[in-house]
Amino acid sequence: MTDPEIPSAESSHILTIKVSNSFNALARIAGLFSGRGFNIDSISIGESERPETASCTITTHGDTRIVEQITRQLDKLVDIEEVSDLTNEPHVSRELALIKVAAPPETRSEIMQIANIFRSNIVDISPATLTIEITGNRNKVDACIGMLRPFGLKEVARTGMIAMPREYQGSV
Amino acid sequence: MSSDKVSTQNNTLKSDKNALGEDYCLELNGGEILIQALLDQNVEAVFGYPGGVVLGVYDVLFKNPQLRHILVRHEQGGTHAADGYARATGKVGVALATSGPGATNTVTGIATAFMDSIPLVVFTGQVPSSMIGNDAFQEADIIGITRPITKHSYLVKHPDELGDVIKEAFHIAAAGRPGPVLIDLPKDMLFSKGRYYPNRTPRFRGSYRIKQDASKAISSAAALLAQAQRPLIYAGGGVVSGNAWEELRELAYKTGAPVTTTLMGLGAFPESHSQSLGMLGMHGTWAANMAIQECDVLVAIGARFDDRVTGRVADFSPKSKKIHIDIDPACINKNVHVEVPIIGDVKTILPELTRLVPELETREWYREIEHWKATHPLRYQQSGDDIAPQYMIQKISELTKGEAIVVTDVGQHQMWAAQYYQYNHTRSWITSGGLGTMGFGFPAAMGAAVGCPGRPVVAIVGDGGFQMTSMELATAVDQKIPVIIAIMNNGYLGMVRQWQELFYGKRYSSSDLDASNPDFVKLAEAYGAIGMRAKTPEEMHNAIQQALQVNDRPVVIDIWVRKEENVYPMVPPGAAVHEMVDTPD
Ligand SMILES: Cc1ncc(C[n+]2csc(CCOP(=O)(O)OP(=O)(O)O)c2C)c(N)n1
Ligand SMILES: [Mg+2]
Repeated sequence: MTDPEIPSAESSHILTIKVSNSFNALARIAGLFSGRGFNIDSISIGESERPETASCTITTHGDTRIVEQITRQLDKLVDIEEVSDLTNEPHVSRELALIKVAAPPETRSEIMQIANIFRSNIVDISPATLTIEITGNRNKVDACIGMLRPFGLKEVARTGMIAMPREYQGSV
Repeated sequence: MSSDKVSTQNNTLKSDKNALGEDYCLELNGGEILIQALLDQNVEAVFGYPGGVVLGVYDVLFKNPQLRHILVRHEQGGTHAADGYARATGKVGVALATSGPGATNTVTGIATAFMDSIPLVVFTGQVPSSMIGNDAFQEADIIGITRPITKHSYLVKHPDELGDVIKEAFHIAAAGRPGPVLIDLPKDMLFSKGRYYPNRTPRFRGSYRIKQDASKAISSAAALLAQAQRPLIYAGGGVVSGNAWEELRELAYKTGAPVTTTLMGLGAFPESHSQSLGMLGMHGTWAANMAIQECDVLVAIGARFDDRVTGRVADFSPKSKKIHIDIDPACINKNVHVEVPIIGDVKTILPELTRLVPELETREWYREIEHWKATHPLRYQQSGDDIAPQYMIQKISELTKGEAIVVTDVGQHQMWAAQYYQYNHTRSWITSGGLGTMGFGFPAAMGAAVGCPGRPVVAIVGDGGFQMTSMELATAVDQKIPVIIAIMNNGYLGMVRQWQELFYGKRYSSSDLDASNPDFVKLAEAYGAIGMRAKTPEEMHNAIQQALQVNDRPVVIDIWVRKEENVYPMVPPGAAVHEMVDTPD
């Protein structure tokens, strides 16, 4: 038997933001988080379907009141067109990571097997290392990094999550 | 400073554009576009100070005297004056400064306006675009510095953008919850040619997107209020900035609910009315603070549950269900949980609510309130030749018949001015509530006087705070601005001294000014202002009456008051509102 799920007071949230494509806008978003003491777990931003607009995904955590404050404060910024909290909506989310891991001949094939299981790609190789590119939701990326850690991580770079709502929400 | 050439074929900018359509376009340089766009916004006065990169703008101003430029003596005074102008008139205030140190001097004024939601457009010069980021002479990243204290900001890189940016900035400053907007103007942009379309309306972004329809919330609020036996209306600065004092009155009169206002909301409800409880909060009236704790339905209108109002927030108004009307969704549930939030413009929401609520049965409730009023009135001792500081305010209230625009600085005098001047009109009380900026009072009063010629304007300032911006006496003399500066001279940083007396064992560390204060009468005279001193009630009476006759220059009245008086009631820091301490008898 497992305990009934107790909703934790602090939970993670995924916010997607449509914002004008300028550094000032990004600085305002980041400044709002630092100035008001909100958390940013990850942030990613890039051009959206329109060149003058950027699409930004922020993952953050806090209790409901804090997250509500965050979305409302963001919504007030003139540069921001729209803020949505996708946490409880059907959505797709992805993150990309590059993982450079120590891979001497003794462990190389084992690492390649793990990479395979995660359907990741090997994008660079040297006598002592492999660099693996993995895409997936955050859990998958976490799991892959976790599996590779014992072999000796040389360098890890993650993009942070990007997300959008699922379009078809009916039953299949 | 370099000597770039300004092309000035059409020296004077014209305003005969109306007959022409949207495509009507002027080819002007950036500086000319700036001034033309300000004229088109019907700006009456710009509070500014020149310097290297904005000399081009000043050159255009020189040729266009129809735009009033007021040369302040410090850019902080410029932003405060623009702020005072905005608060008194309800219009957008405009300030102008050069790059670097000029721009950084505006910061305190911008932060003051931001905290109190005052619409300003502040123009700052910037080094030429090609030099931005090079640590050029007088370069400061003013956009970065002011990002957390502006509603929005722009760096204008091409004069083609400037016209639309200015229109959008004026719109954003005033729309929704108002606030300051900064426009940074690189020098080369001001000198190059661009197109200005006076008749075109840009697509404004960021006007408040009020997403939900408020009608459901309004009916819930009405239903809740209809049940109330101990209703209380708590009105804040939003009623003033939303121009909704009449709508507030209607709601109060129809329901019969008592009304308390915040420091920022003073004047939103006439204090002479029997339903008024005066101000609430840290130095609020006993009746207002008790009523907040005892009411069963609290209607917060354009107020933000600031910590100076709530005291210890866990014990704030514990018996009430709360309705909160505000234009800023981020204010809802920020500090205090409310049952019925209504997001929108108070001016349209209040009449709808009033329509739905009945007259309430409140006789019992008023019996209690009258008891608090009778047993714990605001009070002080005035006797002999000393001037009690509270008496000074009461006297100013009487002699101006409650009709002056009162502007204060920050400290004890501010709290007494809030308590003892009887405010019956909105936009007649101007104070730095959110940031609590010493040095605000006098320059803001100057701005108010520029905006409301013909109305008496009294700056009530402390002997400490006045010295932070007293150099603006030169501005007021130069511009013939008739402001009365009533210095409540207690020889102390009084509010600091009060806290030291009550909470730091009377160790008056760095709060005694007496020995080092200047002779304020001579100071005034040195600037060409009128200076008077009052040490007795009679001298004070005469000085104020004389000052009220002056209409062509500032008058400084140095009023020596009883020195070690404290402001009561007081909610001690960390205490709940009902644990306030009343005047010791
Ligand atoms: C710019 C600034 N610095 C410091 C303070 C802290 N402060 C608040 S009230 C006060 C004393 C004000 O003294 P005075 O102007 O003489 O007014 P009084 O309290 O005596 O009426 C001080 C130092 C402040 N509010 N603003
Ligand atoms: Mg003082």
